[in-house]
Amino acid sequence: MSVGTLRRTRGGVGSSARRVDGVPKVKGAFQYGSDLWAEEMLWGQTVRSPHAHARIRGVDIAKALSYPGVRAVLLAADVPGRKTFGLEFADQPVLAQDRVRYVGEPVAILAAVDPEVARRAAERVVVDYEVLPAVTDMEEALRPGAPQVHEYGNVLHHVRIVHGDPDAPADVWVEGYYETAMQDQAILGPEAGMAVPADDGGVDLYVATQWLHVDRQQVAPCLGLPPEKVRLHLAGVGGAFGAREDVSMHIHACMLALRTGRPVRIVYSREESFFGHVHRHPSRVWMRHGATRDGRLVNVYARVLLDGGAYASSGAAVITNAATFATGPYEVPNALVEATRVFTHNPPCGAMRGFGAPQVCFAHEAQMDRLAQALGMDPARVRLQNAMKTGSVTITGQVVRGSAPVRQVIERCLALPMPEEPAAGPRDPQALPGGAGNVSRGEGVRRGVGIAVGYKNIAYSGGFDDSAEARVRVFRTADGPAVEVHSAAAEVGEGLHTVLVQVARTELGIEHVTLHPPDTAIGSAGSTSASRQTMMSGGAVQLACRAVAEELFRRVRARAASAGRTLRGELTLADGRVLAAGEPVGEVDNYLDEPIEARRTYHHRPTQPLDERGQGDVHVTLAFAAQRAVVEVDEELGLARVVQLASAHDVGRAINPQGVEGQIEGGAAMGLGLALMEEVQLDGGRIRNASFTDYLIPTFLDMPPVVSAVVEEPEPGVPYGAKGVGEMATLVATPAIVAALRAATGRPLNRAPVRPDDLIGLAPPVASGPPPPAPAVPGPRPVPHYHGLDAGQQELMRPESD
Amino acid sequence: MEVLLPRTLDEALAIKAGRPEAVPIAGGTDLMVALNFDRARPPALLDVSRLPELRQWRRKEGWLVLGAGVTYARIVRELPEVVPLVQAARSVGSPQIRNRGTVGGNLGTASPAGDALPVLAAYDAEVELASAGGRRTVPFNEFMVGPKKTVLRPDELIVATHWRFVRGPGSFSKVGTRNAMVIAVASVCLVLDEAGHTVRVALGSVGPTILRAPDAERFVAGALAAAGWWDDPRATLPAQVAREFGERVAAAARPIDDVRGTAAYRRHACGVLARRALVWALEARRAA
Repeated sequence: MSVGTLRRTRGGVGSSARRVDGVPKVKGAFQYGSDLWAEEMLWGQTVRSPHAHARIRGVDIAKALSYPGVRAVLLAADVPGRKTFGLEFADQPVLAQDRVRYVGEPVAILAAVDPEVARRAAERVVVDYEVLPAVTDMEEALRPGAPQVHEYGNVLHHVRIVHGDPDAPADVWVEGYYETAMQDQAILGPEAGMAVPADDGGVDLYVATQWLHVDRQQVAPCLGLPPEKVRLHLAGVGGAFGAREDVSMHIHACMLALRTGRPVRIVYSREESFFGHVHRHPSRVWMRHGATRDGRLVNVYARVLLDGGAYASSGAAVITNAATFATGPYEVPNALVEATRVFTHNPPCGAMRGFGAPQVCFAHEAQMDRLAQALGMDPARVRLQNAMKTGSVTITGQVVRGSAPVRQVIERCLALPMPEEPAAGPRDPQALPGGAGNVSRGEGVRRGVGIAVGYKNIAYSGGFDDSAEARVRVFRTADGPAVEVHSAAAEVGEGLHTVLVQVARTELGIEHVTLHPPDTAIGSAGSTSASRQTMMSGGAVQLACRAVAEELFRRVRARAASAGRTLRGELTLADGRVLAAGEPVGEVDNYLDEPIEARRTYHHRPTQPLDERGQGDVHVTLAFAAQRAVVEVDEELGLARVVQLASAHDVGRAINPQGVEGQIEGGAAMGLGLALMEEVQLDGGRIRNASFTDYLIPTFLDMPPVVSAVVEEPEPGVPYGAKGVGEMATLVATPAIVAALRAATGRPLNRAPVRPDDLIGLAPPVASGPPPPAPAVPGPRPVPHYHGLDAGQQELMRPESD
Repeated sequence: MEVLLPRTLDEALAIKAGRPEAVPIAGGTDLMVALNFDRARPPALLDVSRLPELRQWRRKEGWLVLGAGVTYARIVRELPEVVPLVQAARSVGSPQIRNRGTVGGNLGTASPAGDALPVLAAYDAEVELASAGGRRTVPFNEFMVGPKKTVLRPDELIVATHWRFVRGPGSFSKVGTRNAMVIAVASVCLVLDEAGHTVRVALGSVGPTILRAPDAERFVAGALAAAGWWDDPRATLPAQVAREFGERVAAAARPIDDVRGTAAYRRHACGVLARRALVWALEARRAA
């Protein structure tokens, strides 16, 4: 190839490269987990508990088993291996044994020749329940004499952070109580997968998930199989947001496939999906902030309760996050945080975008506004004055070593243009609160503006050796050099696979990059969560590419040497060519008689668990965001319309600017949902609105234009200096919007979502008594601690025996 | 499950006479949800979406005859002059739902939250029902007798709804907890009848059926008459008329607390919506 036909390598790091899965998704050709199909396939169905707490006296499956078309009906006794599973602790029964602990808990599974037969047969499974008293209120659960969800009590984990002198005096104190509701991830694709029995006695599971390897770690022991006989393959994922961190239909489908010898597919209905995955923990938060007269934070007290429902899930990590971020991205010299993750007989809660940070961000940002008001200061100024920066010390005693442009995100956010003021005269109802309902022409509509700042960790914390593996292969094709990237990292809709392709293009100067389907044939990539994959799997691909380049350069030098030439200067790759000191040496193709392959694992800097005073270097990288919301409220009808969201994000470096913008907008939509409408409504542990008819998420008419700015201050020590951006918009959107609603109405709104009744004063602010006393469980090793990849292997211990 | 596909209304009625358990399906926007949620497993579906007579609307001697199978999307496109109906139609679901959903479906489901129903109530519409044995016409307020309860007999199909054109402004409004694609928490249709000197107001989603507010209607018609407003729309009305009208409408609501909203909010919203609708109607006639 001559220099004249040089093809530039496009779509590398820093460009808004076209998504690798974009065209098939837009055209409807992308195969999601719910599209899986195989010859001779059976349909799996789950029989679930109608009670929040009951003893199972017996299960009669005779009628179901004899129903024509049914191939298997399985109960707890049929679980071949370990009877329980769990992300951090194996506390959740694969199928309920003698007791059910929440409405929707799986009791029996069956496989049938079609979905209708499966449904009808499921109705014929007769379970004899003895209904027991349930505890469905998180404060109630902490009181003596409350029904016990587990024999080890109603506390999964308690975190106490003691920082500085919690008795330090302050000039001005503000106090508040805040609640957030249980939120659903509202994944577009419900839980779905297909298990195919294999000739070696093992099973291949195709499943829409966030982390193939942690699934396998939980699935294999329950099946009584060695891990190598349980092979997982990523099926098309229709959104995740934390909902796919826990095992759902995985073990059930495998059990049915192994029992029947046929492929078994399980796809949850939308209603079932509300029982099939964990939700965002509902929260109750008490906070007291003390400051000097000139607005310096002196002392913060926070009492945080999260209702985790019936099982552990990732609740211990969620409460640790909630505790460590409880005081916000501010310098706080003295603090006491007491945070408890409670068990109740509600549906289990676990991971959701933000992972404990949104609940406390809602509270600490309301407190900052309260403080500003008490001091007669501008809310932005109070935040700027206390903003964390590189070198600041967090409440866990961690010195912030990485970039921490808190001041910059606030200033950039406030500098974004405000929306236009509405013109005088009647307005188009569609653009007003109430939208398509045609309720107003502008009467009774008031504007309000609010801001919020928040922060969160990137990747896993607390001493967990977080890692990601990738394999990169460079080979020759008729069209020139090509790259194959193999990683187990799940693309869940956020654009990770495009990022991995961009990294390979930039590192190797080769545009033609394909991805091997993600599976467990390669090592773990870790979870697609915690905003970590750009850093972790991006880092693994970068390392593997660099190893490949090294071998390529070795070949280049060897060939030059055999021709009697010495290459001067550093060798680099660009546009399909090898360069020495910037000067072309030859086409990469010429050195690929044998393909080059490398496999590498990326680890981030080690962190530490919290000690008994809640101190430690727990987080590896922190990301910050500020958001301003402009809302309109119909003061008479209590309807709200967000007019604009302005968002500034600390991203280190934008690998794919359009992807970053997409995450900011999508994350903001999710935070808007929690601010205004999203709530899994519970009544005695029963979900009252398990459908998209009654669990409302924002529509196009609810989502305003989002104007965003990115602050690119590269994070030292991480690939390209890039920070993840998946979660930050979600945590700041809710408090910013609710602050704007407070400004518009003058009402002390302290619960999200805000209901019309709250906006017009039909319902008073939620009230609370004093914070509940901290449980006596915290200690050097609180019950239990986070084990990450050792998931599913931990037994929950009684606190006294630990 | 059998799916029966008649080509004409007569054929459909003959099938229905023999198979009264067959459930009619047009757009399927309610029925398919029920099937999906496993709440209904009818032995047979009777597809009425291709019956020509049901898909038509026409004007006839001062009446509008609206076939039961006319979709909301067509109402928005083809009947712009029937403002309250268009406003109700535009508030139904999403564009996809509006392309499928029909007024006949709202009548058949008979949910108090059916968006088109307050409009039919305010227009004093009639519902035309047919069976193999013949046809009958039932006033809307006698057709719907409770939540999801109507006087439709098992051998009958809903053919159309008709009402006499009303000269005068009117509107439909509904509140929900998001700005589109929401089931009504409360809805109000107000129609001002310039010829009859009446104001009619109907409420959705705040009672077991669609409610009218006769006390409020009489009050406001009287107040307009007393002010000479019917003859001169520029005549000044006492300021508290609209407010009191709203209060009386709110008093007519019989709401409950449910997963979508509280009874107190629903009653309050009815009052606000009715007051605003009256003000808009008065302004519209004044400006006309």
